[in-house]
Amino acid sequence: MNIPAKPTRDGFGEGLLDAASNPSVVALGSDISDSVRTKWFADEYPERFFSLGIAEQNATGVAAGLSLAGFIPVVANYGVFASGRAFDQIRTSICYPNLNVKICGAHGGISVGPDGATHQALCEIALMRVLPNMTVIVPCDSNQTRVATKSAILDIDSPVYIRTGREPISLFTEPDEPFEIGVAIFRRRGGDVSIIACGAMVYESMCAAELLSAKGIEANVIDLHTIKPIDEKAILEAAACGAIITVEEHQIIGGMGSAIAEVLSKHPVSIEMIGINDRFGESGSPEELLEYFGLTANAIAERTERFLSERKNVG
Amino acid sequence: MSPREKNNLDELARRIRYDIVMSVYNAGSGHPGGSLSIADVLAVLYGEVLRHDSRNPKWPERDRVILSKGHAAPALYAALAETGYFDREILWTLRKYGSPLQGHPCMLKGPPGIEMSTGSLGQGLSIAVGLSLGARLARANWRTYCIIGDGELDEGSVWEAIMAAAHHKLDNLCAIIDENRLQIDGFCRDVMDPGDLDARFRAFGWNTIRVNGHELDSIRSAFDGANETKGKPTAVILSTIKGKGVSFMENRAEWHGKAPNEAQARAAIEEIGFTWGELGGTR
Repeated sequence: MNIPAKPTRDGFGEGLLDAASNPSVVALGSDISDSVRTKWFADEYPERFFSLGIAEQNATGVAAGLSLAGFIPVVANYGVFASGRAFDQIRTSICYPNLNVKICGAHGGISVGPDGATHQALCEIALMRVLPNMTVIVPCDSNQTRVATKSAILDIDSPVYIRTGREPISLFTEPDEPFEIGVAIFRRRGGDVSIIACGAMVYESMCAAELLSAKGIEANVIDLHTIKPIDEKAILEAAACGAIITVEEHQIIGGMGSAIAEVLSKHPVSIEMIGINDRFGESGSPEELLEYFGLTANAIAERTERFLSERKNVG
Repeated sequence: MSPREKNNLDELARRIRYDIVMSVYNAGSGHPGGSLSIADVLAVLYGEVLRHDSRNPKWPERDRVILSKGHAAPALYAALAETGYFDREILWTLRKYGSPLQGHPCMLKGPPGIEMSTGSLGQGLSIAVGLSLGARLARANWRTYCIIGDGELDEGSVWEAIMAAAHHKLDNLCAIIDENRLQIDGFCRDVMDPGDLDARFRAFGWNTIRVNGHELDSIRSAFDGANETKGKPTAVILSTIKGKGVSFMENRAEWHGKAPNEAQARAAIEEIGFTWGELGGTR
């Protein structure tokens, strides 16, 4: 199957342009507007774009102020800086007063590649989901990112963090697929195991499910695009089969898998968490790194198979 | 300023000082020193300079005040209560469970007139820059005032905002620097020397006006000067005395974050020129 590829940052750029018909939407630049795709908005609406230089803390506070003035500011940066560098501004000046600011963390995950650990956002899901009032979205492809971005800007009147990626990834959803923030999508149905994933790992998990199917294991694949508020109903439905695999391009500690475990702590079920295991990333091609960190369809299928057989042996 | 106006402002400043001392005394904790140092500028702002309407706190055309040095909340609460934003009796609930008067200003819980949640230092000027950009984009005439402590200038994010305000030529923005020369660990010059603030702000492209922060006429003129300055933001740098108006608190770092006991509160209220309990707040 030959599927076109497109980076989710492009979907963000398009979604921001879609939302721009609302004249209250403004965007802030931190010297990387081309890379994070806010430049597309800046070129169309220069009067609604504010360049603030390499100063993420200030940009985040400025976004809070623009929100107080009645605008809907969108501030996009590399995820490491968008979330970590400006964390206290997000906490105190955006989430505490529950301001309508949209933060896009670009270059999420290990697949940023050659830039190495400093630029690979691997802990922002944890950082952002711990904040009250914050919505956290990790869309699975560029089409979903586009609708998610538009919806985050226009449909929600509170802070949203949305993660995008740098590398082209499979564009497997339809542009007009129904999307609702907070409502997970079952991409595949199967009764043996549930694989819950977000971001680029959704497609990898779907491929993994095909590999498993060839071996007689049928998996649910759940696209958990919204990490917070988390779709408890979908997670409980997924847990009914008794075994859950979580897959994310993020630290296992505090990430999507942890969020799922928080839901399931009241309904115990075996969970295998696939992600980055408490270490920093490093330089390499995206493919090499995904391979090394076990974030490919093959690796997910192998881990799932092993997990299921180990459970059987214990049982 | 006419003598009568000046008398009114003098009285407002005195009442704000009473409220600061009495509310912090009632709370049993809080920050009297840096609150007293901005009592006069708040009197000038809320009593004279701001376009605001306490009966319509969300009036879209109002000027905005961001208290970046959020620990001086008792001063802001006092100014708001004294100009009719809420019942003065609420002042005595400062820092107590269930009170709108949180230890640091909270926009959602707070009383009417709190424009923004602050308290984590170094963030207010960025917010004020955003407000000023927003006002300009909306072609609105309201102005934004941001009150910053001199100790707070240690925070690097303030200088990011200072650079941004000049870059965007925000002449609808006025930063108010409370230069009381003290921070928690001692004198600013020993803790982290802020240097010549006039020179530093000018070097960053700002207009600066320095006045005695306890002379109401001078403060008023400084804001006139800020209002008339076009093409760049203005920093009104107030030479102030931490703890001003209560002699045993003046210029003493230990009164940054400590509540007076009853004897101290009585002495303070007397020195401010009221009798004990004259404006309420006694238990």
